Amino acid sequence: MTESDILAKVKARFGARVLAEYSFRGQSAVTVAPETLREILVFLRDDAETAFDWLMDVGGVDYLGYPDDDDREWRFEVAYQLYSMKLNHRFRVKVGVPDDSVEVPSVWDLWAIANWEEREVYDMYGIRFAGHPNLRRILCHDEFVGHALRKDYPINKRQKLSQPSEIILCEKVEWA
Amino acid sequence: MGLESNLSQPFLATRLDEVINWGRKYSMWPMPFGTACCAIEFMGVVSGRFDVSRFGAELVRFSPRQADLLLVMGTITQKQAPVLKQIYDQMPDPKWVVSMGACASSGGFYDNYSVVQGIDEIIPVDVYVAGCPPRPENVIGAIVKIMEKISTEKAAEWR
Amino acid sequence: MNDGTHVQPIPTELLTINMGPAHPATHGTLRLQLQLDGETIVNCGAEIGYLHRGYEKQCENTFYQLVIPYAERLNYMGPVNNSNAWCHACEQLLGIDVPARAQALRVITSEMGRIIDHAVCMGTNLVDLGALTNFWYMYNYREKIYDLYEELTGARMMVNYPRIGGVSMDAPDGWFESLLKVVDEMAEAVGEVRALIQRNRIFMDRTVGVGVITKELAVSHSVTGPCLRAAGIPYDVRKTQPYWGYENYQFDVPTAENGDTYDRFMVRFAEMEQSVRIIKQAVAKIAPGPIMVEDHLVALPPKDKVYNTMEGLINHFKLIMHGIRPPKGEIYSATEGGCGELGFYIVSDGSPSAWRVRIRPPCFANYSLFPKIITGGMVADAVAALGSINVIAGELDR
Repeated sequence: MTESDILAKVKARFGARVLAEYSFRGQSAVTVAPETLREILVFLRDDAETAFDWLMDVGGVDYLGYPDDDDREWRFEVAYQLYSMKLNHRFRVKVGVPDDSVEVPSVWDLWAIANWEEREVYDMYGIRFAGHPNLRRILCHDEFVGHALRKDYPINKRQKLSQPSEIILCEKVEWA
Repeated sequence: MGLESNLSQPFLATRLDEVINWGRKYSMWPMPFGTACCAIEFMGVVSGRFDVSRFGAELVRFSPRQADLLLVMGTITQKQAPVLKQIYDQMPDPKWVVSMGACASSGGFYDNYSVVQGIDEIIPVDVYVAGCPPRPENVIGAIVKIMEKISTEKAAEWR
Repeated sequence: MNDGTHVQPIPTELLTINMGPAHPATHGTLRLQLQLDGETIVNCGAEIGYLHRGYEKQCENTFYQLVIPYAERLNYMGPVNNSNAWCHACEQLLGIDVPARAQALRVITSEMGRIIDHAVCMGTNLVDLGALTNFWYMYNYREKIYDLYEELTGARMMVNYPRIGGVSMDAPDGWFESLLKVVDEMAEAVGEVRALIQRNRIFMDRTVGVGVITKELAVSHSVTGPCLRAAGIPYDVRKTQPYWGYENYQFDVPTAENGDTYDRFMVRFAEMEQSVRIIKQAVAKIAPGPIMVEDHLVALPPKDKVYNTMEGLINHFKLIMHGIRPPKGEIYSATEGGCGELGFYIVSDGSPSAWRVRIRPPCFANYSLFPKIITGGMVADAVAALGSINVIAGELDR
């Protein structure tokens, strides 16, 4: 299926719960609310026509100050890049997050890679993931205050680390 | 008496500093603290073509307690900084530090929230090597510079 | 009372140790915390970020064309693959096609990058296993590729070769001939290493069945590249979604079955041979032609125009001072890097620097399963497995 076919299929299935749709250079994406996220990802994974068995990447975007963008009702987006090994096609699902008080459901039980990817989104944007077993900073150090990739974080505001963290072990190795 | 009686010239007249420095400068034990791209070029320095063993500094030690030359190769981030400090503190005196490459010397082109703008914010540095990454010849040049520095030092100044 | 017939169990407790970040096998930038029962790992935690250089933030504050040097420092084992991939992503965003000769030059430099990436990966992994000799063989071969890069671009390692819309320099006279000579020598250099390890009892004892990545684990963790192919899934972006005319080259995607450290070695050997195959075909096919697009909004004008015509000078000035301006939009572009699928997710706001650049580093996914595959094994096995996954901190932490 081409990405626009997948987009049509998702729209037919989810209707008004697709908050925004998007097509550019042959690639398509939809934006949904956090409560729809797991449902749409499971649907795309299990449907025989889409069969997205791979979660290639999870990345946040901060739209604070994005030009000509008054109708966007959320500040952050988290983009899930899907890939189907069986059918060799891609699609992107985005979830709109108004601010960091809204939690996004974690998908680490569907794809284990989401564990680290969501930790990175949390580290960089401060978006919280409900149900994540080990939501700690991953790239910045533990004494870091703020979230580095937010648009209101100055690029050269440096923060010193006094001592590396003592314990990095988790209760279970699956959570690490 | 003993060994000296077999030699035609039984005495070697030198200063203590000279003989110690002579010994030190041809047997440096580097501790490569490689974090990034420069570490790959350092592999070039120790491997066949450039062969740093010609200068007596090929015995790479990965324990700071056995080394006297700290080679910092690559970007040092804020997260890494306490580790580097600890490694420097663990090295026994006398010790020398080479800062290899733009990142270690000045932060390089990473002028941002996570990168230390030069390791001299944390530890003293003897020789800075320019380049991103420096060519192996440049690194060997830095080792020769350290040798020159050693040969002018006074042993009594080290604790 | 213990009369010798009943052996009392010795009371033991679990020992927690740190491995890294300054451990030689972790290459300075990975930290593991291991909980050991004797020498067996019962729990493991991994911490990354020791080389987090703020790449993504830096991209948001830099012009598109100035990201090329930053991109090369992602996977510094095979630098050109990354900058080629970055330019490819920008071209997708701009909707332009690169001339055929530039595409072929990108294919050639990328495959050279893949060869040196695998050479260093295997060389250092073998050093970690105690087989130092192979490192010299591998590195000597790498130096020959460095010479070719130097001849082509002027730099050994970080070559800053591609440009958005093409490549910066054409190959000098006689370069292709020396390239063919050097790739022919690879059989010798790699053959020697292969002969030393392939049926070597000690090597096989250290690697067969060690650090096994099963298919299920690989899918769940989105493992790509040689690690995935060693697990038996023949996924390669060059085949599934070809770019730069990879569909016109004959090459195989080598796979193995068990997904252990030994298989990853053998897959990398086979991939180096396939890269040589691709380079030979590319050199045979390459035709004279332009190496940059004709688009004045993307490509810098030739120097004689800059110096001799007003239009050329203005064009140059505009591109340098005001940059390349892609339309508003977002793109996910994937290429096959040295360790797997290297993806760039770019959000553009129409300005000369990207609104958001998100990199999908192959190592991030490949390394995320590392605590799982070493738990239950020995500490020495962890060292063997770590090298074979080829974790490069530059792109792991960005």
